[in-house]
Amino acid sequence: MAFAGVEVLKGVDIDLLPGEVHGLIGENGAGKSTLGKLIAGVYRPTAGTISIEGTPRMLGSPRQAMELGVALIHQEPLTFPDLDVAENIFVGRQPTKGLRRVDWKSMSSRAGELLNSLGVNLDPKAKVRGLSVADQQMVELAAALSQNAKVLILDETTASLTPKEVAELFVIVRRLRDRGCAIAFVSHRLDEVFEICDRITVLRDGEKVGERTPKECAVPEIIRMMVGRELAAEKHADTGGAKGETMLEVDGLCHGKIFSDVSFSIRKGEIVGMAGLVGAGRTDVARAIFGITQATSGCVRIGGVTAKIGNPREAMAQGLALVPEDRQHHGLLMPVSICDNACLAILRSLSKAGWVNRRAISARSTDYVGKLRIALRDVSQPVRDLSGGNQQKVVLSKWLMTEPKVLILDEPTRGVDVGAKAEVHRLMRELADAGLAILMISSDLQEVMTVSERILVMREGRLVRSFEPGQATQETVMLAATGQEAHAV
Amino acid sequence: MRSDIARKLGALREVGTLVLLLVVASAAFAKDHQFLDAKNLNSILLWIPLLAVVGMGQMLVIITRGIDVSVGSTMGLAGIIVGILFRDHPGLNVFAGAAIGLAIGAVLGAINGGLIALAKVPPIIATLGTLSAYRGLVFIVSKGDQVDSNMIPDALTNWTLHGPIQIGGVTVSWLLVWAIVAAGLTAYMLRQTRTGRDIYSIGSNPDAARLRGIPVTRVTFLVYTICGAVAGLAGVLYASRYGFVNPATAGAGFELIVIAAVVIGGTNVFGGSGTVPGVILGCLLLGTINVALAVLGIDETWQKLVYGLVILIALMLDSGVQKWLGKLSEGT
Amino acid sequence: MKRLKIRPEVVPAVLLVLAFVAGAMESKYFLDFRYLLDSSTLYVETGLLALGMTFVIVSGNIDLSVASMTVLVACVTARLMESGWSVPSSCGIGIGLGIVLGAINGVLIAKVKLPSFVVTLATMAVYRGIAQVLLGANSAKVTASFVGLDMQHLPGHVPVPLVIFLIVAVVLGLILHRTLFGRWVFAIGTNEVASFYSGIPAATVKIGVFATSGLMAAFAALLMDSRLGVARFDHGQGLELDAITAVLLGGASIFGGRGSILGTVLALFLIAVLRIGMGVANVKAEYQLAVIGTLLVVAVLSGNLVSRLSSERRA
Repeated sequence: MAFAGVEVLKGVDIDLLPGEVHGLIGENGAGKSTLGKLIAGVYRPTAGTISIEGTPRMLGSPRQAMELGVALIHQEPLTFPDLDVAENIFVGRQPTKGLRRVDWKSMSSRAGELLNSLGVNLDPKAKVRGLSVADQQMVELAAALSQNAKVLILDETTASLTPKEVAELFVIVRRLRDRGCAIAFVSHRLDEVFEICDRITVLRDGEKVGERTPKECAVPEIIRMMVGRELAAEKHADTGGAKGETMLEVDGLCHGKIFSDVSFSIRKGEIVGMAGLVGAGRTDVARAIFGITQATSGCVRIGGVTAKIGNPREAMAQGLALVPEDRQHHGLLMPVSICDNACLAILRSLSKAGWVNRRAISARSTDYVGKLRIALRDVSQPVRDLSGGNQQKVVLSKWLMTEPKVLILDEPTRGVDVGAKAEVHRLMRELADAGLAILMISSDLQEVMTVSERILVMREGRLVRSFEPGQATQETVMLAATGQEAHAV
Repeated sequence: MRSDIARKLGALREVGTLVLLLVVASAAFAKDHQFLDAKNLNSILLWIPLLAVVGMGQMLVIITRGIDVSVGSTMGLAGIIVGILFRDHPGLNVFAGAAIGLAIGAVLGAINGGLIALAKVPPIIATLGTLSAYRGLVFIVSKGDQVDSNMIPDALTNWTLHGPIQIGGVTVSWLLVWAIVAAGLTAYMLRQTRTGRDIYSIGSNPDAARLRGIPVTRVTFLVYTICGAVAGLAGVLYASRYGFVNPATAGAGFELIVIAAVVIGGTNVFGGSGTVPGVILGCLLLGTINVALAVLGIDETWQKLVYGLVILIALMLDSGVQKWLGKLSEGT
Repeated sequence: MKRLKIRPEVVPAVLLVLAFVAGAMESKYFLDFRYLLDSSTLYVETGLLALGMTFVIVSGNIDLSVASMTVLVACVTARLMESGWSVPSSCGIGIGLGIVLGAINGVLIAKVKLPSFVVTLATMAVYRGIAQVLLGANSAKVTASFVGLDMQHLPGHVPVPLVIFLIVAVVLGLILHRTLFGRWVFAIGTNEVASFYSGIPAATVKIGVFATSGLMAAFAALLMDSRLGVARFDHGQGLELDAITAVLLGGASIFGGRGSILGTVLALFLIAVLRIGMGVANVKAEYQLAVIGTLLVVAVLSGNLVSRLSSERRA
């Protein structure tokens, strides 16, 4: 299955048996979520078949998948906030009586039965708005069951749940399994996977690496399968390079329940990598530092001066730059030209008395196109014509033009081909050597290992470990990220 | 527990409207004890029907996150066509006339529906265009001539003058009965039919609605068709209420009052919620304000200003409520 | 497949030529340039509103209150003049009022985060309502020395209002297409979130855009006072329709991020020609309304069609 030119899933065979919970694990970007969405009809495969109860099927849409008994439970529940629980379960198929009248009593009692059979304590008449994420997922589950779903795909459903809610969810999952459902549990939380799954399939870089049962293997082996590359080659970078004074200091930063007590610092010339699982709170920290959201407590210091950052504008003024995770929606104006995108943040400095200097835009962007080696025909092309890697370079140019002191990159090489990836890494090294302080958030362990000097690991909203240059191994990082340190070999 | 609050908040909106209503009525009553006399009550009771009938359709549209500003022109066009029919065919049955008005309105609404649901034109633009196109048609059809009172059959004006119930000088007119029937049918549809529930779903979460297989395009088209249809019926009721149909004034500017009534009545402009009783309350409130203004010595030149302010207040209430609910679920 | 790159302004330009031809064929009075120039003064007010509307639509919003803002400023200015204020100070206050009215729209939309079509629908009523309360059914008389600007001509029989309009159009065109503010307007119309993340002060730009619309309404109001000599609350009905239609016909996208002052000006001339032509052919005002309304819908439909076709070619 290919996405925008980058192959995401290659030749994966998997079967889901009734009465079994089958775990799908892998690093971020390994393809497990894509696999789940393919099975649920959200995406269409570019090759291969999906067979349900032995018969190959074309799943053209989530609704078709539902009709064939396959349901997907999302991490962010897809519910109708203004309707009540019972109706959320039966939306579009409310039970009727008589002259096609909605049978509210029946709907409410059937909803109640469904919820009871799941062991969930929810009032069918309660409005869904205001329910916790965990409860909304229950509603989604009940909806799936009401359509006699035989195959359930739980896509990172535990990412937003508290441990107590996860335990409650697992009770229900076991109940469903014992009733004969085939359940796919897509996750990267190894402890949970080991707890609930009967079989585990490991994906890496879009391919199936192996299948095990929790009994026959232990966590370290699974991690090795997930990470897989020649460990020797991927030693933690320990580059020299003079480091200057501390540029960015984050002190006790908190944001409600999302992250708390995050403290770290980055010096001039350093590249610090931030690893962690999806939902660990890394992007949230970056957004809070950059002023997109407001931290509830703690402070940020830039060059020793406490910074007041209420929005990205103020962040920029104080020397911060953020290359966001979602390039297409947050990083670029897709239909707009490359040069206009590249100069978007520094337009003011390219204008005299409000007058925009078109030639300067053209010249400056051409200059950076050369520096970053962006492959294009013409700087006035719309940026959406470029490949992912080149688009990312345009975003990078935009921020480099602001001459920041601190550069934060969130998943800088996601969706970028191997060649461009190497170039971006080289660029980052050059920038650091020139004196920039760089924070790189990445889910690509290989990238974290080879590019960053110090490595920070976040888990569930807290900064749990910090590795000095040369100290980390991929395994230890992964263990810290998944909370498996007790299993360390 | 939070969702209990959410449920109560929804009910609170309507209570808020009720409170406003009581405040306005009390102020007027305090100023002039004759406020609640038969004449004024009759005025209010005649004010409501047209507003409520059109309001039913507008409510459906706004629930789906849309808007229809062409309802006034639709009223005018249906009203003039049926008026002319009455003029040229004096024997025409008034119920037949009403049915024709409904049908004309449905066609006009369907055009909106096609533009919005099929051609994906934003609702404000589509209905802004049809507002003008239909008003122009009113003139073309009528050749600029008004349909005078002697051309409107007595049976029609009877709906305004008489009614099934008369209590101490206050008449519950047949016009009001029409409104009650329309409200009842709308409430039934919204509560008891799948299509009605689909309307709420589409407004509450359009993406989820599509994923769950709800026929969004079809329902959206239907919603605008219904909105047009009731506006068409209201055109005929207009003839009954005022006794004549003037191409320039029939329904002109009515869309503003209807939207104000619907929005203050608890139908959230962000979509997904709204009730028939709420809209009726909104109509009652606007009718009361209208009469109260007169009683309080504030002449009708203040009307437009008041309606606009009502919409703004309702908007800010909804926005404030949304933000508060958002904070509730974020749990920060 | 060959990529056809047509500038969006070509459409109204071509239609303008066609309309001219049609008008000329319809009636010989049409080609009387003195008549045309004199008639143009009627559309300058709408034209100014359309210029302001261009900014609003490019930023991804809509302003339904422009006609009401115009009328309110016209009434207030006339009232001041009637009460003895001097012409310059009355006009000055009128201009300030226009900016304030627009800024109120902007604040409600940008800070309270309400959708622009409902907010301006409400302020459309509130502003005209205030005018109605202020004047009631009366007219306010404009100081005699200020009346009749539309009758003044520059050499070549070019009416002063038209000159004013063209000057303002050039200035606004430069602002929208050549200045920092203009770039920001396009940016937030294309993708407000990405623009905000890139340090663009989205809220301030939005307020600025609506204030500009208010300023244009104030200019239109002054011209209207001068032309009519009196101000009434029920003047200027429906101007917002022509203004919005002009902007969309001129190639702007209703979704924001695309549009041009030149296109708006051309489309405005097109509408003026259409209306003058219809006037000469004795088409009643209300029929003209129907034509413009239909034109609005057609403009959006064709805009959608064009963008869908061009994005298909890319794929």
